[in-house]
Amino acid sequence: MSASDPREKRYWLDDPANVTRLVRVFYAVCAVLIAIDVFVPKHGPFAIEHWFGFYGFYGFIACVALVLIAKQLRKILMRPEDYYDR
Amino acid sequence: MTGEFSPGLILILGALLVPLLRGRLRAIYMLALPVAAFAYLLTLPQGDLGIVNIGGLSLNTLRVDKLSLLFCYVFLIATLICVVYALHLRDTVQHVAALIYAGSAIGAIFAGDLATLFIYWEGIAIASVFLIWSSRTEESYRAGMRYLIIQVGSGVLLLAGLLIHYRQTGSLAFGVLALDAPGGLLIFLAFGIKAAFPILHAWLPDAYPRGTPTGTVLLSAFTTKVAIYALARGFAGTDILIPIGTVMAAFPIFYAVIENDLRRVLAYSLNNQLGFMVVGIGLGTELALNGAVAHAFADILFKGLLFMSMGAVLFRVGTVKGSELGGLYKSMPWTTGFCIVGAASISAFPLFSGFVTKSMIMTAAMEEGHFWVWIVLLFASAGVFHHAGIKIPYFAFFAHDSGKRCQEAPLNMLVAMAISAALCIGIGCFPGLFYGLLPFETAYRPYTLDHVVAQVQLLFLSALAFTILMRTGIYPPELRSVNLDAEWLYRRLGRSLLEGARAAGEAAWKLLTRGFGHGVSFAIAYVRRHHGPEGLLARPWPIGTMAVWTTIMLAAYLVFFYL
Repeated sequence: MSASDPREKRYWLDDPANVTRLVRVFYAVCAVLIAIDVFVPKHGPFAIEHWFGFYGFYGFIACVALVLIAKQLRKILMRPEDYYDR
Repeated sequence: MTGEFSPGLILILGALLVPLLRGRLRAIYMLALPVAAFAYLLTLPQGDLGIVNIGGLSLNTLRVDKLSLLFCYVFLIATLICVVYALHLRDTVQHVAALIYAGSAIGAIFAGDLATLFIYWEGIAIASVFLIWSSRTEESYRAGMRYLIIQVGSGVLLLAGLLIHYRQTGSLAFGVLALDAPGGLLIFLAFGIKAAFPILHAWLPDAYPRGTPTGTVLLSAFTTKVAIYALARGFAGTDILIPIGTVMAAFPIFYAVIENDLRRVLAYSLNNQLGFMVVGIGLGTELALNGAVAHAFADILFKGLLFMSMGAVLFRVGTVKGSELGGLYKSMPWTTGFCIVGAASISAFPLFSGFVTKSMIMTAAMEEGHFWVWIVLLFASAGVFHHAGIKIPYFAFFAHDSGKRCQEAPLNMLVAMAISAALCIGIGCFPGLFYGLLPFETAYRPYTLDHVVAQVQLLFLSALAFTILMRTGIYPPELRSVNLDAEWLYRRLGRSLLEGARAAGEAAWKLLTRGFGHGVSFAIAYVRRHHGPEGLLARPWPIGTMAVWTTIMLAAYLVFFYL
């Protein structure tokens, strides 16, 4: 069976509008998660932990940095698949 | 000698009968082996049970305490899951190798002395390489060779270390070792190779993605965890492990982001998880050590689950390259679900196993005031969610539809994944039961409001970063490629040096033989000049000349006589 089979069931995620809807819900959840940070009493020993939404912002920045650095690393590290066989 | 023997031997000796059995009988027999080993384990009291005296040496083949028991439980669970996962296989070599490998790993963790440890250490290396070779491709043969050389090399270092250690201390007991003695240092290096310390790690992402779909699941469970156990036993609280572990947790995630082979992504994330454990061992507090071994336990289950889901994809589709997959959730919904459970566990979502184990290490780092270690580990936590938690399920099962359609994974694979998934969720939901198995009593509570909220914020906003980068097209696409790693040192630089040395040797030899050749030709020419056909000394003189000379000589004699 291949994907172009017209009899194949259409999945909910096949519709880009649904994906957009899903992503919007996700954005809203993230916003709520940061917002409730005000109400959570914090106990960690490091001052930085007590900053507003520290974990959320750190996770976001860490991942963006990770991807951007990794993308640059490709320029140095990436080789053709048969590199070691030549 | 006391009568008890290591439960590992049940698997090792039991494996020898596997080739004689066929079909259903073989399946039942293989399932019974880990169960029998477990039943036998339950009859054992704690203590040094396997004392053997050989030629004045006192060896201890069976040390049962909370640390070794914990690893034995999880190794037996992993063995059972892997047997179920591989039930569809007819390949006898893989079945036998798998059981001997698992048995050796169990033997190693019960070893109370370094000599016994060494024997099982090498058993692990030799049995496991067959799981790579069983892919039966040129590539896997060569990767297996490299793996074997490095693993046996680790054993050789261990042997050298234990001999020096024995000379210095007069004891082979495997207890706390010191880094400042040469013996201890060599043993540390041997453990470090198997635990995939940075730079010594290249064998891991090189070999693991080349194992068979079922073999790699076993590989991910045993080799590195035996090393974690050995480090926890011998080097707990060794300060140098903290920076080593921190680097280990951080650098592989960069590779994982740009790697295309999804099983290699998992190999890098395995390396990253080992980093957390190594930090825990280096911190050396009760909480940190509990965290390290608990995380090893959890990692065997969730990493095994992730490798199983990718193994199922490899088995059905024939590739695990991110660039060629996508949309598989339509064909393999169950596998997708189990993969997501594994992904949630490794990412340490609340209610999944990683949450209750990794947090102990993080908290211990905080309590000891290691700010920079903590901040890097937090970065690695976000990163692991990014590459193992999102990238693996996303590129394999969702992303753009690759148009590939296949069958769902075989029933036995699904059952194995279901058992793992249930354990991952069970540990996450009922940490109290699990904490009771840990080596130290603990009052640690993972489910506090601020911890749960902090972790969910970290993970959701990491996912947000992924979503935004993906939808804006900034995220690097999956590309068919290899990325240079420490293996370059021996696969490229080392080979070039060797090639260079060989060429230099050849040139030197040519020069030498040519010089020698000149000498010989000169000698031959010299001899030929005097003794050759035209040579003065080899000239055939006519008889006439001879007679004349004789006459002259006689005449001269006559003249002299009369004088």
